[in-house]
Amino acid sequence: MIARPRLEPRARPSNLMRVASPILAAVLTAIAGLVLFAVLGKDPILAFRVFFLNPVKDLYGVTELLLKATPLMLIAIGLAVGFRANVWNIGAEGQYLLGAIAGAGVALAFDRSLPAAILLPVMFIAGALGGMAWAAIPAWLRTRFNANEILVSLMLVYVAQLLVSWLVHGPWKDPQGFNFPQTRMFEAAAVLPPLIETMRLTHAFPLAIVALAAGHVLLNRSFIGYQLQVVGQAPAAARHAGFSIRRAVWVGLLAGGAMAGIAGLTEVAGPLGQLTEHVANHYGFAAIIVAFLGRLHPVGIFLASLLMALMYLGGEQAQQYLGLPSAVAKVFQGLLLFFLLGTDVLAQYRIRWGRRVARAQA
Amino acid sequence: MAGLDLASALIAAAIFAGTPLLIVALGELITERSGVLNLGAEGMMALGAIAGFAAAYLSGSASVAVIAGALAGAACASIFGVLAISLLANQVACGLALSIFGVGLAAFVGKPYESLALTAVPAWPVPLLADIPLMGPALFQHPPIVYLSWLLLAGVIYFLHHSRPGLILRAIGESPAVAHQSGYPVIRVRYLATLFGGAMAGVGGAFLSVFYTPLWAEGMVAGRGWIALALVVFATWRPARVLLGAYLFGGMLIAQLFVQGSGVNWDIPSQWLSALPYMTTILVLVMISRRPSLIRLNSPVSLGQPYRPDA
Repeated sequence: MIARPRLEPRARPSNLMRVASPILAAVLTAIAGLVLFAVLGKDPILAFRVFFLNPVKDLYGVTELLLKATPLMLIAIGLAVGFRANVWNIGAEGQYLLGAIAGAGVALAFDRSLPAAILLPVMFIAGALGGMAWAAIPAWLRTRFNANEILVSLMLVYVAQLLVSWLVHGPWKDPQGFNFPQTRMFEAAAVLPPLIETMRLTHAFPLAIVALAAGHVLLNRSFIGYQLQVVGQAPAAARHAGFSIRRAVWVGLLAGGAMAGIAGLTEVAGPLGQLTEHVANHYGFAAIIVAFLGRLHPVGIFLASLLMALMYLGGEQAQQYLGLPSAVAKVFQGLLLFFLLGTDVLAQYRIRWGRRVARAQA
Repeated sequence: MAGLDLASALIAAAIFAGTPLLIVALGELITERSGVLNLGAEGMMALGAIAGFAAAYLSGSASVAVIAGALAGAACASIFGVLAISLLANQVACGLALSIFGVGLAAFVGKPYESLALTAVPAWPVPLLADIPLMGPALFQHPPIVYLSWLLLAGVIYFLHHSRPGLILRAIGESPAVAHQSGYPVIRVRYLATLFGGAMAGVGGAFLSVFYTPLWAEGMVAGRGWIALALVVFATWRPARVLLGAYLFGGMLIAQLFVQGSGVNWDIPSQWLSALPYMTTILVLVMISRRPSLIRLNSPVSLGQPYRPDA
């Protein structure tokens, strides 16, 4: 018999591999990147430097990295709550857009009458509520009608994109905007102040760190976090213990929606300063990868956000200096998730070569 | 008379718009019936679309384009197969990864093909049948791929419900452990079913870029892959019902034409009309899913669960 690799289940998942596999996946993605650049006829070392190092070579680059990482952290920590309970909220991108719409709506209505100290908190609440409202649709349809939350939340992404498009082409279009599809710029009262003068990074970044800490308490130090985990890993046991699966669906989706909504708000009230179709930047999808790569753990999510943000910036650099389409970033993001899913197998199984060893010998 | 002509033109347009959904959903149906849930249809369609477009542009042949689309989709599905079937990774996560990767890679390799155009593939009226009033123009004045999609439907029905290999495939989807103990190659069948699903998703994508638009643009699949997944649920995993659903959604996708054709100035923003297919998808999912017995009785029992034969 020819020796073939077999997967043999581990008695318990390897903790070492749980930490090592994201790192391994990142390394494999980098190697795949080198190969890809070489195949495209670019000097791989130069391309690698342009993609991964150039973006963070000065303070401005680092603040831009944190700027891109902020919405990813906010969304991913919210998604982690649902993913913990096996609630597949794939529509964070839509919830993010609804947060942006709700926040922009409040800003446009009140930025000339309310001071920042009142307006900004109201905008945050509006953003969170907007995202939660969008997430409540799949939650309600799932708990009431058993409709698949993956497909429903995803369909709502497209609806949200069209909603943004309609608003900026129609009712909210800036009358003085030379017919560009965008709202007017918000007044200063509705814009988040920069964290460092002359940089675009705003106070949303420290807020995201606070959110990660709060997420840690909720996920790992609270009873509801424990319930979510049981629902996710052993639904039957959860039922016996009296943990409600319906509540897990609601909590998971609403937490994801609220955080995605806040992320959307911090974009329109931050680097954009208005609502345009450019607010849709795939953060909602990239954050899914961040949540997985970060093992649904706040520290992991923090690091994974930085890596994913680097890919966003690297894509822009590659477009500018290598003449590659910026979509190369999305290719890397997809590859990263592939490699992670592949290397994750090593946490659950060990690889055995050759024929099965007789049980008596083992 | 003009109204009737319009009706038959609209039916023809709905069928044309629904054809890629039909092809993709039939492929996914076979995959799911073997117990594999591949949520990567959107990504496989995107890659099929760019592969088909590039092939059509370079070769000038629509047939070559369809084959290129099928190969691209199957290649994509093979990545999914390695992860989800051989390495037993979570199928939902793998499908999602495939969607993100496929859409991204298609945008990347498709950049040079943006703003190029193909000449539309001419319709091939079926002799005699095309001359039937109303029905003829609605059903029988399409490019050949539309007729082939009907053959595909017939083939899938025959395979699944009237052939021995189809029976084995369904048995594996119901209980891979029992099928394995009966001596059937669970892993091989699941791979083949996944590759077939990928190939059909690729063909569906190529249909969009070569027959439907015909051009390539980033994001042109616009959720049709996900709608096709919902169609399989809507059809409760029965192929004949996929046809009904696909043409219903085809009608939604051309809602714009209906409004223009009605001659009344409705003044509905175009974005609202564009949102119709997505809203309808949610609506039909709710209608089907609210009766749990309907889903439970028809969905493959092992759907989405990895299987390790030497357990």
